[in-house]
Amino acid sequence: MEHIRAPNSLELGPGMKDRHPITHHPSPITPPSHHPVTPSPAVAMRGISKRFGSVVANDRVDFEASWGEVHALVGENGAGKSTLMSILAGLYRPDSGEVEIDGAPARLRSPRDAIARGIGMVYQHFMLVEPFTVTENVVLGEQRSGVDLELGRVERELAGLSEKYGLGIDPRARIWQLSVGEQQRVEILRLLYLGARILVFDEPTAVLTPQEARSLLQTLRGMAAQGFSVVFISHKLDEVLEVADRISVLRRGEIVATTRPAETDRRTLARLMVGRELAEVVEQPASEPHEPVAQGDAVLEVRGLYALGEKGLPALRGIDLDVRTGETLGIAGVAGNGQRELAETVTGLRSVTDGSLRIDGKELTNRPAAEIARAGVAHIPEDRLATGLIGGMDLSENAILRGYARPPLCSGPFLASKAVASFTDRLIADHDVKTPGRWAKLRTLSGGNQQKLLLGRELAGEPRLIVAVHPTRGVDVGATEAIHQALRDQRARGAAILLISEDLDELLALSDRIVVLFDGRVMGAMPASGADPEEIGLLMAGIGNRESEVGTRV
Amino acid sequence: MSSRSAISPSRRLRIERVPSPSRSATAVVSALSFVLALLCGGIILFLAGENPIQIYGSMFSGALGDWNGVAETLVKTTPLLLAGLGVAVAFRMQLWNIGAEGQLYLGAIFATGVALFLIPGAPGWVMVPIIVVASLLGGGLWGLIPGALRAWFGASEIITSLMLNYVAILFSEYLVHGPWRDPQAFGFPGTPSLPASAWLPNWGATRVHLGLFFGLIAALVLWVMLRRTRWGYEIGVMGENPRAALYAGMPTKRTIVLVMALSGALAGLAGMSEVAGIGHQLQRNLSPGYGYAAIIVAWLARLHPLGAVLVAFLLAALTVGGDQIQMSLGLPAAIAPMLQGTILFFLLGGDVLTRYRITRVPGT
Ligand SMILES: Nc1ncnc2c1ncn2[C@@H]1O[C@H](COP(=O)(O)OP(=O)(O)OP(=O)(O)O)[C@@H](O)[C@H]1O
Ligand SMILES: [Mg+2]
Repeated sequence: MEHIRAPNSLELGPGMKDRHPITHHPSPITPPSHHPVTPSPAVAMRGISKRFGSVVANDRVDFEASWGEVHALVGENGAGKSTLMSILAGLYRPDSGEVEIDGAPARLRSPRDAIARGIGMVYQHFMLVEPFTVTENVVLGEQRSGVDLELGRVERELAGLSEKYGLGIDPRARIWQLSVGEQQRVEILRLLYLGARILVFDEPTAVLTPQEARSLLQTLRGMAAQGFSVVFISHKLDEVLEVADRISVLRRGEIVATTRPAETDRRTLARLMVGRELAEVVEQPASEPHEPVAQGDAVLEVRGLYALGEKGLPALRGIDLDVRTGETLGIAGVAGNGQRELAETVTGLRSVTDGSLRIDGKELTNRPAAEIARAGVAHIPEDRLATGLIGGMDLSENAILRGYARPPLCSGPFLASKAVASFTDRLIADHDVKTPGRWAKLRTLSGGNQQKLLLGRELAGEPRLIVAVHPTRGVDVGATEAIHQALRDQRARGAAILLISEDLDELLALSDRIVVLFDGRVMGAMPASGADPEEIGLLMAGIGNRESEVGTRV
Repeated sequence: MSSRSAISPSRRLRIERVPSPSRSATAVVSALSFVLALLCGGIILFLAGENPIQIYGSMFSGALGDWNGVAETLVKTTPLLLAGLGVAVAFRMQLWNIGAEGQLYLGAIFATGVALFLIPGAPGWVMVPIIVVASLLGGGLWGLIPGALRAWFGASEIITSLMLNYVAILFSEYLVHGPWRDPQAFGFPGTPSLPASAWLPNWGATRVHLGLFFGLIAALVLWVMLRRTRWGYEIGVMGENPRAALYAGMPTKRTIVLVMALSGALAGLAGMSEVAGIGHQLQRNLSPGYGYAAIIVAWLARLHPLGAVLVAFLLAALTVGGDQIQMSLGLPAAIAPMLQGTILFFLLGGDVLTRYRITRVPGT
């Protein structure tokens, strides 16, 4: 393949230390004189095994990534992708197996060892200090003796790197001013500054808007073209097929295949991932109109809703919405146009500055979250570990977060431990959560399995209204379908669903109506069946005449 | 480009967090740090011209060697345990209550005031429950104030609870020098003796008193409360992830105030038990810093109520043993605190080592 090339200028030898690795673009025509004929792979992991108690996360895994390639890693939730890459990034030590970097054995006992060998990992949760500038954040991670900190010099260097790789980051910007996508690029910038030449991304696009995801994928391709080695984990097979040079499939801790996009397709990948044929998952979720459910009274009524965003600026400016029983209302929009604030105000986590909120006819404006939850509102929040789950507690303690204060999970002031145990076991079984048991700490679950537990918990109480924000973020293809089905079942049962997603296919597949948010206002509304994605896209961009829309007030 | 120098150029040591310290590692490290502490203290003793073996021997026999020693150790265990439990429950919620000392004093003041001036003639079965409640209220109030300031104004409870220590201690000084001073004591600062009905019953002929029983009950109740009740669960969630608590609709502010009050109340009980169980009057220097030692108790017990029983006992043994060598061997006054300090230093250091590890950074 064209972009798999020897990393001509990417030597890791000490003599190269003061030259930036990618000052010279490797040219396919002029092979370097000093490099061996068969270049060593950037990364070679051999026979890597890692157990956590009874769980075998990686089982004698062999994995290779070359210079100049984007290597995608796919697999079901809990297959061991994050574990494998955490080993490469020095976060975990393998029980057995070796890692070679550019042909030389590497001992990676900590993230700093890893970065010293040129390996940098971008995690889903960024480790940035919000009030600090980009430069300050970069310097924070540095271990230099502090005295000679020349912020100005670092700043110039960062500006240069940002320019060179098209990251578009101002080193003087403060982190809290940046969007999620920009923060992610700050992480990339930081790793580049620290000298990373092997970049690992764990589900980077899960938190991005489709537009941001596109531009990230381009950045990844660009880095590969400059000779970097890029490892990319994703559940979105379309992305993987588009961006990767090679794809490795992990199943239950083992690599079952390494292939190329040209030689495979979604169906084959999905089959490799689960080990058997999956009927529906392979197709794009079709926008087939699901059977209409008899819709009843309005469960959620939002009138003229105003609220402030994180930075104290107006984020919602007069929203009107109704969601009825048996109805799914999809909220489309580019991230940052008020979706998050809408979900939080409706669930009582954010205060309303003007307007009103009713659930089942009951006035609940600015009532405490507890009261809103008691009215039968379930909430699948955007950032599960920060809001909806407790990483340091075990599965049962997470499972009862919603229902602990009501029988059967408690009796009087006491928790009913038997009921708690059986409730948790049922959630684990019903939602196919991969875990050694209910006593495991939530943090030890893989990302997708955390989401499955959270979702199961929220749907368990037969809620009247379900506020679902990115419900399938981070879950694999099979579980995505299961979650979609669960949401359809809830709708059929008569629940009202407010679905917020950046995935237009998901919105179209699940919703009865779609409302487009732009800049904290309703840009337009339409029935989902026969909705024109193009038109939605325009509305999302703020183009469209609100007045001419039928029923702006929905 | 000089950015490469960001990578450490030479070998050096570095501290990093251990992802999940294992139980066995914790036990081994604790035992090891204890042994190291003894070794290190022994070397210092040796250099000072003392016989370490003899000193350790008499420390041990002083604290645990006979029933008298054990009884004295139990006497000292009582306030450490009660105050330690109070600190532990607050720390569980990430409320850094370091005001146990002041809360202890306030409990003592309330109990003394009630016993001396409000119901001096009440029989024991009325008196004791009432002064218990009074001390809970006194300590609780002293915990509630920083709790409320934190809940409604976001004031750091570290600062406010610490400041209130001085207020409480100085207030007690004022009382024992001024309005509550015993006129018969010829100017010696201290209140009159409490009515005998307020004296906590002793265990046999020892100085061990009912306060220890309160401590054990409190540990048990707290343990059950934290593990098995809705309230304990809420405290756990709020400590681990306050935003999840909000999400689940838990009454965060109220719980902050209540937990701080509970924390203070337990320290207040310690104060009462010192007054009614040991001194039988409110006097100067009621506590030699039990409220601060309580922080160490809570921390070494990893905020576990039953662990606090064990740690409080060990810390008490250390104190009693230290006092013992000072008295029986006539050692310089600084030796005992030096040994105690060394042992604590190593125990806390070992504790840090189980949570963090030191690694060598190879050069590139
Ligand atoms: N620190 C840990 N302690 C215990 N078990 C763990 C730990 N980290 C991971 N595991 C387990 O190892 C297995 C693999 O987890 P891993 O996070 O690598 O999966 P993944 O492929 O990244 O899944 P996902 O797509 O859901 O992110 C899971 O069963 C998980 O529960
Ligand atoms: Mg993962």
